Amino acid sequence: MPSPTTTRPRPLSPNIQIYRPQLTSVLSILNRITGVFLSACAVVLVVWLVAAASGSQAYAAVQGAIGSWIGRIVLFGATFAFFLHFCGGIRHLVWDTVHGFELRSIYISGWTVVAASVVLTVAAWVAGALMGG
Amino acid sequence: MDPQNKQNMRSPLARAIGLGSAKEGVGPWWAERISAVALVPLTLWFAASIIAHTGSDYATFIVWLRTPLAAILMILLLIALFYHTALGLQVVIEDYVHSATKFAAVIAVRLGCCALATAGVVAILRIALSG
Repeated sequence: MPSPTTTRPRPLSPNIQIYRPQLTSVLSILNRITGVFLSACAVVLVVWLVAAASGSQAYAAVQGAIGSWIGRIVLFGATFAFFLHFCGGIRHLVWDTVHGFELRSIYISGWTVVAASVVLTVAAWVAGALMGG
Repeated sequence: MDPQNKQNMRSPLARAIGLGSAKEGVGPWWAERISAVALVPLTLWFAASIIAHTGSDYATFIVWLRTPLAAILMILLLIALFYHTALGLQVVIEDYVHSATKFAAVIAVRLGCCALATAGVVAILRIALSG
């Protein structure tokens, strides 16, 4: 019987970077990354609302920060992150009903999420530009 | 009769009740889905409203936020959003943080989300109920 204090290195599962990225795995991790990023955006949403409640000066300051070129880049990223998380979330809700698990369905829904997110992001910014942004 | 013997006299069912994950264990999972379903119309309404007010000045924006529909939907959005955020971030923390800081991080996320949701709701109420 081996001594209970005997230890040897146990085999570890390989890290994810040795796997070739696939649509399924990339969308899975992007759903999580966009979720964390959107959490930070939710903080900005509250700052924006508190500024709006504080008065026109505070609101103008926050609007100025969002309207700056770096603010617009972040807002564009937030728009895409929102639609990716939104569409990916709907895909997850469909999966929760035990539908769409066939490999073919998974790839169709995956590419639909990517395409819909791009289209919705562009549509949102075109609409915003038409409204005078 | 010593306490140990008293324990053994309980039926297997009596001992099992309350110890498993049945029903209550899926609570946070359900809550994340229900808040997600609520957020589908709420976030779409919010995105559409913000786009519609892209060129608006402060006064126009405030007049819109004072309407009961906008104020109510905005408050519902904040509650569902931060509830969903707290549940989502907790899962992320539980997956990647395995040290003693895990518990502290989860508590910080929950308290932070509560505070942010409250700050947002109070801001909406200040706008909606002023003047």
